[in-house]
Amino acid sequence: MSEQQEQGAQRPAGLSRRRLFGLVSAGTAGVLAAGATGGIIGHAAAQPEASGPGPDDAVPFTGRHQAGIVTPAQDRLHFVAFDVTTDRREDLVEMLRAWTGAARRMTAGRDAGPVGAVDGEQYAPPDDTGEAIGLPASGLTLTIGFGPTLFTTAGGTDRFGLAGRRPGPLVELPSFPGDQIDPARSGGDLCIQACANDPQVAVHAVRNLVRLGAGVLSIRWSQLGFGRTSSTSTGQATPRNLFGFKDGTNNLKAENDQALDRFVWVGDGDDGADWLAGGSYLVTRRIRMLIEPWDTSTLDEQEQTIGRTKGAGAPLGQRTEFDPVDFAKQADGEPAVPPTSHVFLANPTNAGTAILRRGYSFVDGSDGLGRLDAGLFFIAYQRDPASGFVPLQRNLRRDAMNEYIRHTSSAVFACPPGLRGDDDWWGRTLFGG
Amino acid sequence: MSLRDRRPALLVAVVLAALTTAACASKDARGTEAAGTVTVAATDDACDVGTTELPAGTHRFDVTNSGSKVTEFYVYGEGDRVIAEVENIAPGLSRELLAELPAGEYEAVCKPGMVGDGMRRTLTVTGAAIHLSDDESLAQAGTDYQRYVQSQTGALLEQTTAFVAAVKAGDIPGAKALYPVARTYWERIEPVAESFGDLDPIIDGREGDQEPGQDFTGFHRIEKALWETGDVSDMGPYADQLLTNVEEIVARSNEVTLEPLQLANGAKGLLDEIATGKITGEEDRYSHTDLWDFAGNLDGSKAAVQALRPYLEANDPDLVAEIDARFAATEAELGTHRSGDGWALYDQLDPAQLRALSDSITALTASVSKVAAVVAGR
Repeated sequence: MSEQQEQGAQRPAGLSRRRLFGLVSAGTAGVLAAGATGGIIGHAAAQPEASGPGPDDAVPFTGRHQAGIVTPAQDRLHFVAFDVTTDRREDLVEMLRAWTGAARRMTAGRDAGPVGAVDGEQYAPPDDTGEAIGLPASGLTLTIGFGPTLFTTAGGTDRFGLAGRRPGPLVELPSFPGDQIDPARSGGDLCIQACANDPQVAVHAVRNLVRLGAGVLSIRWSQLGFGRTSSTSTGQATPRNLFGFKDGTNNLKAENDQALDRFVWVGDGDDGADWLAGGSYLVTRRIRMLIEPWDTSTLDEQEQTIGRTKGAGAPLGQRTEFDPVDFAKQADGEPAVPPTSHVFLANPTNAGTAILRRGYSFVDGSDGLGRLDAGLFFIAYQRDPASGFVPLQRNLRRDAMNEYIRHTSSAVFACPPGLRGDDDWWGRTLFGG
Repeated sequence: MSLRDRRPALLVAVVLAALTTAACASKDARGTEAAGTVTVAATDDACDVGTTELPAGTHRFDVTNSGSKVTEFYVYGEGDRVIAEVENIAPGLSRELLAELPAGEYEAVCKPGMVGDGMRRTLTVTGAAIHLSDDESLAQAGTDYQRYVQSQTGALLEQTTAFVAAVKAGDIPGAKALYPVARTYWERIEPVAESFGDLDPIIDGREGDQEPGQDFTGFHRIEKALWETGDVSDMGPYADQLLTNVEEIVARSNEVTLEPLQLANGAKGLLDEIATGKITGEEDRYSHTDLWDFAGNLDGSKAAVQALRPYLEANDPDLVAEIDARFAATEAELGTHRSGDGWALYDQLDPAQLRALSDSITALTASVSKVAAVVAGR
């Protein structure tokens, strides 16, 4: 893979790989969803976009924050939550170090192990599984998070001497009206979010990390996403979700560091800042869309449910996608944007909070009744779930869209800050060393 | 009837072969002399070893089973490496075995019911220590494992014979009880048995795996009759054919000496058998006795790894420690499903229990998969 990566770095624009890295680091594009009020997070659509990295390029693995949060959302996702199966802290730490090395190599477009998929001994299992041979780095990011049960098990056991280091906000999410959460695919002690522009690159990364984790952890649940549902750069067109609507138009673009510091990154004075400052809380929700009822509903019903036009994506009562949502506007004696519509309830003005969204569409085959098992794998990053996702989701209890969705999986993780250099490793700030 | 006539002769041949191998090994490889006899009195709850301090050399163990359960007797080296063993000692019977013991600590182990850790007595052997070169210890591994295979095939033949007799006699409870026991020996040597590609499918093929036009035969055909219909009246020909084929595979297996690399791959292959066939409940889909097969595969894998142990100790002691720990963890996990003299049925395990077994096998396999490269490094 390394050879191809070297070639991949020779971009048509003639930029050096080093130069590209610089651009990626600077261009921390992302999307802030539903929430923050106007002043801090201005509408960034008008800002000129620096020419960003190409879809084949590598994203730097180290930095103040982990890659894969405000990194421009790649097209594909492989998300995995793990149960730690050992009680030995040193085994877990050793594995986290091994993971870090593999992640460092793979995000650079190289093989998972130092030897490589085909250059090792004939009678040893290869240290890379090989399916990414010939593929470029593809914007791969690997983002790690620690779940509440890593600190204290559901039964109250402090397996790794971490109980005292669990930050207050890292608690299981409360249940919400209408939840149909499957415990078997919720929660987890650890998670890896792998995003890439090539699905094979993302799957390759997860597969190799899982392989390295044998004896230390096992997969609790996992989710593939095939299409990003968040526009993360002002240069990107707003994607459509499986309802056929543009999603995240009014999410706030994250070039604004002030907004990120206020709503996304754990601050120096926050609970758990000793190891988590510069990190973020990750909330995932697998939201199944009831595709067939939706597809047989009228266009009017669909638009009233979402609060936008299906074609242009304009707020109801407006003309174009980026027109401001006007909650006061009347149409035929009724609010143009229905108060039960998703846009109304999720909008920053009405929700009073902000999160950074990075969700992906999924189709997990069909459900045995001839219906697509499809929807949105919702991913949100925030400074504190209690002031981020939780009030936002509570605000959506009257959302007309609830008729067409079911939340089937839920998880929360604390994602540590970025790695500082070549010797740093995932979890160092938490486990020490 | 002719089968009945042939059986004792075959058994004698097998036992003689085992004794001969051990005796030859002692002279050729170690140059030590035969020494005295150690009596072992095995019961259901005791394993009395006449002498626990021995001089280095070859010793004869006379094992008498005065308990009510079929038992096994092992001499283990470090890490439960099988130095010598005798399988399938029925109540009231005596068996003997030769063990060549260089100086060191050993354990004499009786396993009434043939499962679990057994009752252990420390044997201390004093005298000249023997140091084998890498090449010698690899060569010894093949010899040691061949002896293990021969002891298993002997028991396989005995138990299959009894199983077949019960089936033909229409003794359904007896046949059901013998089925998982006979299969335990089969599963312990599965990589060797599978190397005979013509015999394995007709002995151990599962329903639906047959070639077009090929009949569904072997253990699983009879298993289906025993558990699904409870009618074995038409199983006579299948039972006869099973015994004939097992006799054939036993004869062939006893001739096989595996190369060290084959041992390493076989150890890993047995764990794959667990992961793909037993964890899923596919192997014994009618009887749900998959955990007997699971335990057999695990025993066989461990025996293959332990045959390589002296070489691995010299060349990658960290790996040996990791493998020891993971075999122990897997055995502990499996041990939570002991039921009487056997195991819980597959369909009595809940998903979390299966998941825990699977996790332990995944970890163990990752470690055992590294053995081949250490062996190939020679």
